[in-house]
Amino acid sequence: MSIFKLGAAIVAALTPALAQAQEGGGIDAAINAAVAPVSNFIVSIIFYSVQIGDVSFPLIVGWLITAATVCSLYFGFIQFRGVKHSVDLVRGRYADPNDAGEVSHFQALTTALSATVGLGNIAGVAVAVSIGGPGATFWMILAGLLGMASKFTECTLGVKFRRENADGTISGGPMYYLSRGFADLGKPGLGRALAAIFSVCCIGGAIGGGNMFQANQAAQQIANVTGGDASFFADKGWLIGLVLAVVVGMVIIGGLKSIAHVTEKIVPFMAAIYVGAGLVIIIANSDKIGWAFGQIVSGAFTGEGVAGGILGALIQGFKRAAFSNEAGIGSAAIAHSAVRTKEPVTEGFVALLEPFIDTVVICTMTALVIVVSGTLDTGLTGVELTSAAFATAFPWFPVVLAVAVVLFAFSTMISWSYYGLKATTYLFGENKTVENIYKLFFCICVVIGASMSLGPVIDFSDSMIFAMAIPNVIGLYMLMPVVKRELAQYQAKLASGEIKRHH
Amino acid sequence: MIKTFIVGYDSTKPSERALEFATMAAKGRGAAVLVVHVLEWSPYSFLTMEEIAERHKLREKEVIRARAVVDPVCDKLRADGLNVSSEVQYGDPAEILCDLAAKHEGSIIVVGRKGTSNLASRFMGTLGISLIQASPVPVTVVP
Repeated sequence: MSIFKLGAAIVAALTPALAQAQEGGGIDAAINAAVAPVSNFIVSIIFYSVQIGDVSFPLIVGWLITAATVCSLYFGFIQFRGVKHSVDLVRGRYADPNDAGEVSHFQALTTALSATVGLGNIAGVAVAVSIGGPGATFWMILAGLLGMASKFTECTLGVKFRRENADGTISGGPMYYLSRGFADLGKPGLGRALAAIFSVCCIGGAIGGGNMFQANQAAQQIANVTGGDASFFADKGWLIGLVLAVVVGMVIIGGLKSIAHVTEKIVPFMAAIYVGAGLVIIIANSDKIGWAFGQIVSGAFTGEGVAGGILGALIQGFKRAAFSNEAGIGSAAIAHSAVRTKEPVTEGFVALLEPFIDTVVICTMTALVIVVSGTLDTGLTGVELTSAAFATAFPWFPVVLAVAVVLFAFSTMISWSYYGLKATTYLFGENKTVENIYKLFFCICVVIGASMSLGPVIDFSDSMIFAMAIPNVIGLYMLMPVVKRELAQYQAKLASGEIKRHH
Repeated sequence: MIKTFIVGYDSTKPSERALEFATMAAKGRGAAVLVVHVLEWSPYSFLTMEEIAERHKLREKEVIRARAVVDPVCDKLRADGLNVSSEVQYGDPAEILCDLAAKHEGSIIVVGRKGTSNLASRFMGTLGISLIQASPVPVTVVP
């Protein structure tokens, strides 16, 4: 499909919305009004909450943190015992020279990270500390550390139960370990049902958190740096969305990999600038570091000034950690399963580094910058808060952050479009027509996401991504013994010297 | 005494010249020729998810394509009575040629160069220059 045709298709699909908007006020408002009721309904189901005192605790958050804790205990805190081996694997110490030309562990790690490092680390953390106070950071770090074990489990399973297609490509992920793994356990029906539920939620997650949330924050950031409310872009989220949608379409439909490569080359660079600038701000405020950590720890256990107290801080921290590093969600298992490795456990070892880099390092840094910069009391939230915090030290930083946000958003969208695509092909089989319909719909959602105000978008994207955790975590519990056997076999091979270091 | 001529070969003109020189030199000495075809590959480059999924399939195709380049050339040289072997490997050309040289006692590396003498290529650093700096054995760069 040519790029022009693609653009025309997107415009055509949006024409009814555009026409309606001309009668009423603003295209953004029209799209908002259309999507909000659906999104609210889904959110209320996924985030079913129990009242504890005067706060509501979403059960799904407890579900994820329980899974992470169980995985940590079951594998004897593999995230701490195995971390050295993880680093050795990523450094290629165990890479067989004869396998050169296959995907390396380093490549698998960076590709999976490019899907998770992004707005969650910049905007999500700001939402967490603005609602949950500095104490939310503590719970976020704890959730990140525990999440390393669930990531280890799901990515090992992803490789173990993947399917090799006739053409030499590989399909894997929770939909395959749910269906094939449960068949091995003698429960093929349950497995297929869970796999189908997962796939539906994964498509929703790809559209929600992997797409609309990203487009929304990118549009908001562009409007902010071009003059806030007075900006030409202030009420033209749809226009930014349209441009983004065409570029995304060029990559996922048009197959223009060069665009993806260019962004992916810039993304690590932007990440380095972000982390570097954060470190400079923290060091410049070194007198406040002790105080900031004090705030984080005391806030975690007193919940002072936070709606809902300790529990309020905890929920925010846990939610953001899960949303950012996606441990227990099952998404990374799709990416890692495509890597050709003889030992499934090696991908688990590599993947457990992701929540650490994503949450424990990058998210914590964002939170620290916000706390030490003193911008937490400004009433801002989301990417605006992070932007304001960095601007206290570098007035030009919002522009850099805007570029970073757009690029992060873009790379996350490309990665998630793949997750959603794999879920689609699992449900409907390898079918070019279905694939193209999915891709076109994905592009349209970029425009919708960029147009909506933050509230409905963030709720909807949270809910769909978290929904994936329901079938996935059931799978983790049931298939954990498989991972334990794989781990034991692998460790025995390491000890006997059957698997040896090559470098 | 030189036992093996290790030749970097990728069917380009300069590599043809290198092979020609190596075979000529090997014939007189009764030495062997090792034809090396390197598929450039870095384990640190970025791949998209789709590329990861297709990597193995692509790799198999690339090896077949490379063999189709190298094998006929080797067969032709064998018909001339030379002792020829070949390698198709992934990685950095200079690194791979040096590794092979270290494994073959009494070997020498032969590569071609494009023959450009402009300033840009001097600064860019060519395979020949990297080999001269890192090779454990003598290097012949054929103009």
